[in-house]
Amino acid sequence: MAPFDFSAFAGTLPYYTIFLVIGIAFGAVLELSGFGDSRKLAAQFYLTDLTVLKVMFTAIVVACVLIFSASALGLLEFSRVWVNPTYLVPGIIGGLIMGVGFILGGFCPGTSVVAASTFKLDGLAFVGGVGLGTLLFSETASLLGDARHDTFMGRFMLNELFGVPVGIAVVLLISMALMMFWAAELAEKYFGRNEKITKDALLPKNKKKIAAAGVLFSGAVLVAVLGQPGSMEKWEAVAKKSKISLENRDPFIHPAEVVEWRAENSVYVRILDVRSEDDFNKFHLLGAIRVTEQSLTDAEYVKVLKNVPDNTLTFVVSNTEEYATAAWKRLVGSGVKNVYIIEGGINNWLKLYPTDPCVSTPITDRKLKKEELAFRFAKSVGGSCYAAHPEAQFKEPPTDCYMEAHPELKNKSKSVTRDVPFDANKKHKFTRKVKMRKSNGPVGGCG
Amino acid sequence: MIFSRKPKEYINPYLGGTLLGVVLFLAFYITGNGLGASGAINRVMVAILELFAPSHVDHVGYLAHMGGGTSFSLENSGVAMLLGTILGGFASGLFNGRVKVEIRKGPSITPRTRIIMALLGGLVMGYGARLARGCTSGQALSGGAVLSVGSFAFMFSIFIGAYALAYFVRRLWN
Repeated sequence: MAPFDFSAFAGTLPYYTIFLVIGIAFGAVLELSGFGDSRKLAAQFYLTDLTVLKVMFTAIVVACVLIFSASALGLLEFSRVWVNPTYLVPGIIGGLIMGVGFILGGFCPGTSVVAASTFKLDGLAFVGGVGLGTLLFSETASLLGDARHDTFMGRFMLNELFGVPVGIAVVLLISMALMMFWAAELAEKYFGRNEKITKDALLPKNKKKIAAAGVLFSGAVLVAVLGQPGSMEKWEAVAKKSKISLENRDPFIHPAEVVEWRAENSVYVRILDVRSEDDFNKFHLLGAIRVTEQSLTDAEYVKVLKNVPDNTLTFVVSNTEEYATAAWKRLVGSGVKNVYIIEGGINNWLKLYPTDPCVSTPITDRKLKKEELAFRFAKSVGGSCYAAHPEAQFKEPPTDCYMEAHPELKNKSKSVTRDVPFDANKKHKFTRKVKMRKSNGPVGGCG
Repeated sequence: MIFSRKPKEYINPYLGGTLLGVVLFLAFYITGNGLGASGAINRVMVAILELFAPSHVDHVGYLAHMGGGTSFSLENSGVAMLLGTILGGFASGLFNGRVKVEIRKGPSITPRTRIIMALLGGLVMGYGARLARGCTSGQALSGGAVLSVGSFAFMFSIFIGAYALAYFVRRLWN
């Protein structure tokens, strides 16, 4: 699914050719629209010719409707599209500075390139100026210190700002653009052609323009009606693409392999535990994070889960496999990389790495309910018993209940260590399945 | 002769905008990324600097990021796009009779003033574009289409900056 992953042939000729072709289309369209002429660009700021505003906003809204329709129809994986991260204050100050440059020089960087390509000497001078300006910034960037990274807000979109669905934000944006076009037409009449604005002139009359505005607006409404696909709808597409199959049990990882990864220093292993708070308190893997089903549908929280270094390996666990699998689908669908499920869940884990019999014993006297913890806990140990961190190669200090069972050790409790109730060095038979992938999240920007 | 064609009218801005929007969409659809120019211009400058002062490039953090050590600052998708923009602009200009050595300026200034102001404006623009992490194309246009909050704040700042100064420099253009 688009966007396509070019990482395999990045840096080769075909790779550069793709960008070259996009550039050719970009340059040609800018030239066709009159962006190679500084006078036409500067006229924007004297309200006599609003071509800049019309072209820019038309492009933004057309691309916006196309992008989010494609995403709504499942043709484009939006989480892999680069959204310029927001650095609010540097962006605003940079923008104001650029506004000054725009009115002095009559171009912006892209349009000056096009002007220079058609041999406009002022365009060429401007390109040279831009080059010097970027160099000046490069040389002095260190003087700005951290100020240029201030007010960083990450991937922050208008729909999040207004707290509305993406589709509604698109409709609002298109409505704003259409109103701006209407105002621009009036401004051109009044300032550009010195016509009087009569009551009659306030209403748009050009049938073609009205039809085009209608098409655009319907597109936006369609985006809003379709809605953006949720993580559950996306995971199938992702699984298909990356050839992960639940039937072949690809994402299920044997506990012993999990233990091995936990001992690996170069990898940050994260355990997401989707069980009830009660079960979690009774026993969980050391360092596990409890997440609820609900929090996995919260875009903000998923953003936090996704925003991890490349060397992060995530395992999802529940008592059996059912809830963990559901959570895993959501995570994969949301674009979290390197995420797996612990085979057999906590119940299987405790079979391989049992606690002291005085802490927990298997429930054998009745049938288990769906996703029930298969062990009866005499007390809650959380992550503080050997079974919760078998990768640690040390002997276990005696538990209270162990001491109760062995009254002869009472006075020596500080010096007593003992073997754990399972053989930590025992090699369980399993096939290694985890494949650490480099995140192919969106990259981009003008860097 | 193709260079002596009569210049054609520019196309309707809404049509131009629609075409630009389709190009922008295709860029996002195919590469996951929008359009841009200023970053690539920066890289070209780094490559030139590398010819004269390679060790300087290695020592300034911001430059080393692009062309430090054995890395070559022009090996970059943005530079390929910049090359395309030049070719596309030239081709379109050629077919429409607009390729001509000339200086476009306001009626009341000399060509010399125009060139100096273009250079100065470019310098200011280049600096601002790096501070804002993108120019009108890479930040405003591309970020705007995917609803980035920062891109809209940036876009309105450009317009505010330009409108605020426009009156005082009106002699340049009118």
